[in-house]
Amino acid sequence: MDIWTFGWTIATIGMIGTLLVLWLLSLLILLLKKIFPYREESSAEG
Amino acid sequence: METALAAGLQALLVGFTHLELGQVVMILIGSLLLYLGIGKGFEPLLLLPIGFGAILVNIPLAGLMEEEGALRFFYDTGVLTEIFPLLIFIGIGAMTDFQPLLENPKIILLGAAGQFGIFLTLLLALALGFDKLEAVAIGIIGACDGPTSIYVTSKYAPHLLGAVSVAAYSYMALVPLIQPPIMRLLTTEREKKIVMGTVKQPVSKTTKILFPIVVTVAASLVAPLGTPLIGMLMLGNLLKESGVVERLKQASENEITNIVTLLLGLSIGATMEAEKFLRVETLMILALGLIAIALDTVVGLLFGKLMCLLTRGKINPLIGAAGISAFPMAARVAQVEGQKYNKKNYLLMHAMSANAAGQIGSIIAAAIMLSVLDGLGI
Repeated sequence: MDIWTFGWTIATIGMIGTLLVLWLLSLLILLLKKIFPYREESSAEG
Repeated sequence: METALAAGLQALLVGFTHLELGQVVMILIGSLLLYLGIGKGFEPLLLLPIGFGAILVNIPLAGLMEEEGALRFFYDTGVLTEIFPLLIFIGIGAMTDFQPLLENPKIILLGAAGQFGIFLTLLLALALGFDKLEAVAIGIIGACDGPTSIYVTSKYAPHLLGAVSVAAYSYMALVPLIQPPIMRLLTTEREKKIVMGTVKQPVSKTTKILFPIVVTVAASLVAPLGTPLIGMLMLGNLLKESGVVERLKQASENEITNIVTLLLGLSIGATMEAEKFLRVETLMILALGLIAIALDTVVGLLFGKLMCLLTRGKINPLIGAAGISAFPMAARVAQVEGQKYNKKNYLLMHAMSANAAGQIGSIIAAAIMLSVLDGLGI
């Protein structure tokens, strides 16, 4: 594989992949917050 | 008797007679790193042992990096096996509070934009004639994350470890100097003055405990080769958030991190032998490292501007510059710059969200790169 095919493959997948994974994580955080909402008593726990 | 005396005295001079110009230069460079760490306070925890390691390894005939040399032992045991950076990640995880990010998860995207410098610098390194794996190691300086840079470089281009590590840690310390001019240049006065309201979305303890587990599983399934990196960071965070292993948390953020930091710094310094370090490539790597962090800042700011546009002016683009991994320096820079234009503007918590996202983003970017390299058979 020539260096430019290599470089653009890594760069394209790397940038798009990082963005998608972090977007996925943001959705998972929202889901967690929805399933386990903050309640007053939970502040007493922690 | 006279011959024996002469031979004995000659043995005391052998160090001087074997001292080469390159080694003198490296001892001076080691001393400069010590000065930056001690005198200027730039990342002293790392620059001090790195600088001293660089001096030690350039003493002629000391043999510290030869077979059975002390520094060689640390290097082989901790750096070549990638154990040291992983242990450091447990400590970082135990010290990091992801609460601001959990409160405002949409900011996490800035942590992705802040990593684009890695990939753009990789392309630049290829253009300058570095081979594929060297370009990967140089690009990773843009992660602005010392342990990640060391992990990736020791895997793919261990001969560049000294230059890449020095660049990564030096530029992390210089973030307050590198970022502000770019921030001023790329944002309008109106954007700089945008006040971001307080986000009051308290997070339950269950969410905080589940967060590191969910991140580990989700990110590792996408990029399995990055599991050691993300797994150790999140293990450290789980120790902190679980609240039931205070001793392990304390040990991770104190004893383990301190010991490993010392040995890691020494080991990196030990890679800075004159014949390996004093090359044109080293200067090119230092320049590319600076470009990488500048590009991270540029893309982070542009992404911040895009988010500002999409939210109709609710996001101050300055926090985009905090989407890098230099924690919490980059967040403080965004706060300071924002206050220069609007004294009532408190961007710190929002910038901390972006900065925490940058910590995760840098590891995700490295993990994806490792997996793609594996997929390409490299």
